[in-house]
Amino acid sequence: MNKILLAGAYALALAMGVADLRDLAAYAAPAVAAAAGPTVKIDNFVFGPEALTVTVGTTVTWINQDDIPHNIVANDKSFKSKVLDTDERFSFTFTKPGEYGYFCGLHPHMTGKVIVKAG
Amino acid sequence: MSHDQDDNRTDLGRPDLGRRGLLKCMGWAGTGALWTMSGGVGAAISLDQALGAPAKAASFSFLQISDSHVGFNKPANPDAAATYREAVAKISTLPQKPDFIIHTGDITQLSKDQEFDDAEQIIKAAGLPVFYVPGEHDMLDEGGGKAYLDRFGKGTKGAGWYSFDHKGVHFVALINVANLKPGGMGSLGGDQLEWLERDLKGRPSSQPIVVFAHMPLWTVYADWGWGTDDAPQAMAYLARFGSVTVLNGHIHQVTQKVEGNIAFHTARSTAFPQPVGGQGPSPGPLKVPTEQLHSMLGITTASITRGHGPIALTDQTLADPTLAS
Repeated sequence: MNKILLAGAYALALAMGVADLRDLAAYAAPAVAAAAGPTVKIDNFVFGPEALTVTVGTTVTWINQDDIPHNIVANDKSFKSKVLDTDERFSFTFTKPGEYGYFCGLHPHMTGKVIVKAG
Repeated sequence: MSHDQDDNRTDLGRPDLGRRGLLKCMGWAGTGALWTMSGGVGAAISLDQALGAPAKAASFSFLQISDSHVGFNKPANPDAAATYREAVAKISTLPQKPDFIIHTGDITQLSKDQEFDDAEQIIKAAGLPVFYVPGEHDMLDEGGGKAYLDRFGKGTKGAGWYSFDHKGVHFVALINVANLKPGGMGSLGGDQLEWLERDLKGRPSSQPIVVFAHMPLWTVYADWGWGTDDAPQAMAYLARFGSVTVLNGHIHQVTQKVEGNIAFHTARSTAFPQPVGGQGPSPGPLKVPTEQLHSMLGITTASITRGHGPIALTDQTLADPTLAS
């Protein structure tokens, strides 16, 4: 899908006589990055999905969709985000297999886990 | 004498009245409700009645302000600094000038320096000493609460706990928003509990005690984390005292419970309301019609009559007309 869009954009750029394709590539980059890994959405004080299974090397991105700030703290402190205000994100790449429980440091009743399987 | 939580919750939020109905009723009365705690029974009398009492009856009063969330600008209240300013302005209209203010946390929204600066600037207008405890929103700097401690925590212990005496009443400020555990609620921690036990030791049981902390020190609604896991240990140290008043914030609404000689009370926020526990998808900000917002924000006055155990708590909303002095 992205490739088709990008090809279309290149064609359009060529047709319009745009010389600098680097601008176009930069423009397309965010969409590609967002599609790179799974996301956990924070909505109404709940991590969704509460349990996420990924393979080693996967980057998981959390997005806060609440009107209240949250953060992500691993139970074993192996990762911790800064505070995420509305619409802010945090990404972490899991490099070792295992089960990583985490919670919100502000509202610790909010919990979730990422299960990382060997690739 | 003891009442279980359900009994008291029923008192406050009678099912035939409902929260909104109760607020409307208070609005109709044109004042707030005054809660007196006596012998473990909470009783409401009208504020007019209370104000009719001889002025000399109260030895002193202090004010509780909570959850100002300076920096909050979301739909539930696009300008939390403005409503905080209004709440502080209310103080000068009180019939009795309070000796000081306690702020039960969530001073700021995101622990930013600018937010702390603005909050200090706003409350300065009251011209009164302020005693703080942090909320979880005040622990969000890189140092995990260092910004708060640098400003307000001089001379305190641990994450910021302390105590002081004022006109015979012992005040204890507890921190239950530090080092929170996965799946838990608020937490005091072993060090603070040990300190509390020592702090209370040797005090006569007749001395009135006021304890204040951000999160409720009793379980209001566990599913939303509205409580403090190790609060029962603290309450065990407090149980022998004849008059204990526990003042909290965090849940942005007035609720209370009486257990033995301990009266628990939460204050309104000056920023935005939150739903009653379990009545909504989450404890997030409750968006109400703009014209209703002021009736759901407010401050609490505590009046102490020396030698007469009960401390009277008066909750006043920003919509209540100014009280005549």
